[in-house]
Amino acid sequence: MPSPRYHREIPARYRLEAGRCKGCGKVSYPSRMVCPACGGRESERIRLTPSGQVVTSTVIHVPPDEFLNEAPYAMAIVETPEGARFMTQIVDCEPSTVAPGMEVSLEFRLIRKEGQSGILCYGHKGVPSAGG
Amino acid sequence: MREVAVIGTGMTKFGELWGQSLRDLFVEAALGAMESAGADTLDSIYVGSMSSGLFVGQEHIGPLVADHLGMRGVPATRVESACASGGMAIRSAFFEVASGASDLVLAAGVEKMNDGADVTGVLATASDQEEEVYYGVTFPGLYAMIARAHMTAHGTTEEDLSWVSVKAHRNGAKNPKAQFRREVSLEEVMSSSLVAEPLRLLHCSPVTDGAAAVLLCPLERAKEFTDRPVKILASGAATSSLALAQRPDPAYLDVVELSGRRAYQMAGIGPEDIDLVEVHDCFAIAEICCVEALGFLEWGDGGRGAREGITDLGGRIPVNVSGGLKSKGHPVGATGVAQAVTVVEQLRGEAGEQQVEGARIGMAQNMGGSGASSVVHIFQGV
Repeated sequence: MPSPRYHREIPARYRLEAGRCKGCGKVSYPSRMVCPACGGRESERIRLTPSGQVVTSTVIHVPPDEFLNEAPYAMAIVETPEGARFMTQIVDCEPSTVAPGMEVSLEFRLIRKEGQSGILCYGHKGVPSAGG
Repeated sequence: MREVAVIGTGMTKFGELWGQSLRDLFVEAALGAMESAGADTLDSIYVGSMSSGLFVGQEHIGPLVADHLGMRGVPATRVESACASGGMAIRSAFFEVASGASDLVLAAGVEKMNDGADVTGVLATASDQEEEVYYGVTFPGLYAMIARAHMTAHGTTEEDLSWVSVKAHRNGAKNPKAQFRREVSLEEVMSSSLVAEPLRLLHCSPVTDGAAAVLLCPLERAKEFTDRPVKILASGAATSSLALAQRPDPAYLDVVELSGRRAYQMAGIGPEDIDLVEVHDCFAIAEICCVEALGFLEWGDGGRGAREGITDLGGRIPVNVSGGLKSKGHPVGATGVAQAVTVVEQLRGEAGEQQVEGARIGMAQNMGGSGASSVVHIFQGV
């Protein structure tokens, strides 16, 4: 991924910054210029709570080349308490145990590497909550 | 708007066609459509292709294919909506003829997927690069999440998914142009290798080369070209979010429901009037979701379709009598046009042993991404 594109995504990926619509309160992650719920243009920046619940999930057995060494790995759509949903890997557990309803915390992790000499790309992954 | 008819169809064999290039495939299908109508001129060309740029390194294919067809000078435009590119090409051609701007318009779709490209990576560009691909999801992975959501919400089973594949192959085995002309058993499907849980290899459509084309003209001129024109009753299209996570319910393809509703409204009919339908079964779960969203089965009940034979040839609503994307093959940009070719052949009564008896009205539904775009056409034999 070209570095300028990566740089633009840092607030959302590193700090879980989202936008909350000043009109209707809808939380968009990543933030958007136009609210998908009401069309409003004004939003405030918030940080998502770093936890959530699995909405749906899978275990990837045939991965993209960049993730060859990690397969099989679990991926899920996670919903945070603010109602924001996003897709990420669920790690530090048996992939087959990940299922809808599971509570996860979102932790800052390495996501991918850009080839042999490219940048290291970070973001958040889900980790099953203790006792959950 | 003027009424519009399909007057000719053409289609290559689908499969790994190492000896044919993108331009060869297009020309074979386009010539087939023109020759079947006895047409030797065109006013305009639309060619659907998801990613000629990434698959074979060639953008700007409108003039390329027009030139190679012997139609240098004719306006030609590529249409792109990922795997719905073909259906959207038909939609563009339909409106150009309906508007009165042109009379003879070719709508084609072509994809040359087997040419050395990283197919998984190319297909992933139809999903959200920033929000999905970045984290390591694949295309089967997205549909796997749709499947698991459907199973969780509605009790759909892996066996329900597998019956969709069994039916697809039973139909495709009888399609001379299909990539996989063989039947598969339920056991074979359920023991095939895992791709993205719960989806297995035989729940997934293959990587395919191929092209298809339909020739359109105003209905009032159709008899100049053919004794059996097929009228396009409606074209409905819709969009949803590119990222699956941004949709309200990952188990429901809202884009299909919306595109179908618009098509039904334009045609002034409902699902009970449709005699056969080709839906976008890129993965087995997609067929289940599509037959629900188009109103052929109740919401959440789509798993019954193939399991109980409702969607079989001879069932209440035959679905994918061509073998569908699963068995016929899925050259992504060509798929939407190939679906239309199947429906037109059925409405002309030319489908041989796969013929749906008395078929009068048929539907083709073509989808892009994990359900971000969808286009539905309804056809009627004249």
